Amino acid sequence: MATARALNQPRRRDRIHWRQHLRGYAFISPWIVGFLMFSAYPVFYSAFLAFTDYDLLSAPEFVGTRNFTKMAGDRLFYTALGNTAYFTFISVPLQLALALGMALLLNLKLRGINLFRTTFYLPTVVPQVASVILFVYMYNPEFGVFNAILGWFGLPKLGWLANPTMAKPAFVIMSLWHVGAQMVIFLAGLQAVPTALQEAASIDGAGVLRRFWHVTVPMISPVIFFNLVIGIIGSFQVFTSAYIATDGGPKHATLFYVLWLYRHAFENFRMGYASALGWILLGIILIFTAINFAASRRWVYYEGAGA
Amino acid sequence: MTVRASSELMTARVRTSTAYRLRGGLAMILTYAVLILIAAISSLPMFWMISTSLKPYGREFVFPPEWIPVPVVWSNYIDVWGESSIHLYTINSFLVAGLATFGTILSCSIVAFGFARLQFFGRDLLFGVLVATLMLPGIVVLVPTFILFHHLNWIDTPMPLIVPWWFGGGAFGGAFYVFLMRQFMLQLPLELDEAALVDGASHLRIYWQIILPLAKPALAATGIFSFIHHWNDFLHPLIFLHAETWRTLALGLRFFMFSETYGNVGRWNLMMAAAVVMLLPVLILFFSAQRYFIRGIALTGLTGR
Repeated sequence: MATARALNQPRRRDRIHWRQHLRGYAFISPWIVGFLMFSAYPVFYSAFLAFTDYDLLSAPEFVGTRNFTKMAGDRLFYTALGNTAYFTFISVPLQLALALGMALLLNLKLRGINLFRTTFYLPTVVPQVASVILFVYMYNPEFGVFNAILGWFGLPKLGWLANPTMAKPAFVIMSLWHVGAQMVIFLAGLQAVPTALQEAASIDGAGVLRRFWHVTVPMISPVIFFNLVIGIIGSFQVFTSAYIATDGGPKHATLFYVLWLYRHAFENFRMGYASALGWILLGIILIFTAINFAASRRWVYYEGAGA
Repeated sequence: MTVRASSELMTARVRTSTAYRLRGGLAMILTYAVLILIAAISSLPMFWMISTSLKPYGREFVFPPEWIPVPVVWSNYIDVWGESSIHLYTINSFLVAGLATFGTILSCSIVAFGFARLQFFGRDLLFGVLVATLMLPGIVVLVPTFILFHHLNWIDTPMPLIVPWWFGGGAFGGAFYVFLMRQFMLQLPLELDEAALVDGASHLRIYWQIILPLAKPALAATGIFSFIHHWNDFLHPLIFLHAETWRTLALGLRFFMFSETYGNVGRWNLMMAAAVVMLLPVLILFFSAQRYFIRGIALTGLTGR
């Protein structure tokens, strides 16, 4: 088909086509330059660095797979990995459940609902640095607000960030204040669920819970899937909160993977080792994303994607 | 609005039995109670930030904490503004966020126009590559880009925070904006371009004079997201800026926390005042352009950070 058309068309047409292609590339050229310089080149360079020792001063020195074997024998590598996995697998499900619950409430047709939408979303625009510093203050074991609130219910004061077992849960709680974006995405998904479906199920005698489980959840399953994938990718890269609030402590309880990578790269200037760490993280994220996509075939329902 | 609502309420009252109405009323009260509770928990940190920023020195560590500051000390703001370098950080933040945002809007809209409105070889494949860069964790490219900027002598200048955004943002997340604007431009009728071409307009002119003005909602969403992202960004300034000359507010705030005059002696009231100063532009932007903001998130699933 394509060859037949090419043969039938006069040469002049080809030239116009050639110009059309060029025009297209001219328009996307800023992205091509940016992609080559700030995506493709860094990725390849980082793959190279992962097999070297490099401190920025002398030239990179090839060391084979030594960075990776060293990592495998490093106790802190497993600590950082474990902390990050703990944080991700506890916080992401809680974030999704909370965001979905809030979105369900905000999807009700009630008077003043727009005011609630704004209020629920607002914590998400607060700069992370500001909110982390604020939470450090609120988590203070001696005079913090959280302990005061526990006191209302007759509960004892907690150490929060100062306590190795409480520190990670404290980070999970902190992360729950920033679910506004997920909430809005859920809300958009809920608003796209046809009311006719809900009504039909209602006529068939389905109660609120059954309608939620058998109509709403399947209909918004692509949105749940999207939030899950993005949530996991984001949580694996938790950095700023730990860097500011605890700097990995107490007793490495909040030493998250990217914080550890940051220390190697930008405090000790071990660029080779840090690059190797980066590639392991990329691999882990890709594996989880792949698992997510594979599992999604069993539970994500795309409307109009065949029977 | 009120008239319609109350008339609906009236008809509802006539139709339903007393028992049903009671249950409906109770459900309504419970729903509002939950809504108000969540709203209160959501606003607690921000309320606490503002309340603390207005407290007199020493009242920040009282336990149990005082919710309303007595007396209200507005001069905390004057102290923070005058005694620290926060004015310098604010100017830096505005410069960096402003220039990066301007570059993002310009470069990403040109690229989006190419992907949305033009036909060329390999277009869909390249767009797939662009979308794939969204999945790339930023941390992987951070080390090599640091080395690149180090060799370009860009460390301790605002260049690393601005220049990539004039080229679609690279792996720092600019693909989101291209994606958002392309989605929007795809919805505009192609006849617009065809009619302009017949009239002898160039494609650059079509982009600039027809598509760009029509894509204003997408540009606005991009501008707001981008500005807030750069304003709030902590990781990149931390890595690329070490000297104070170009320090941004996000970095400055963290330095307050560990500085002799504020952090070490726990001047939480002044730290919170500085945090409010940093929050204010974001809040103003959010409230003035809320509708673009919410729609933009729904369009792209952008996390806003």
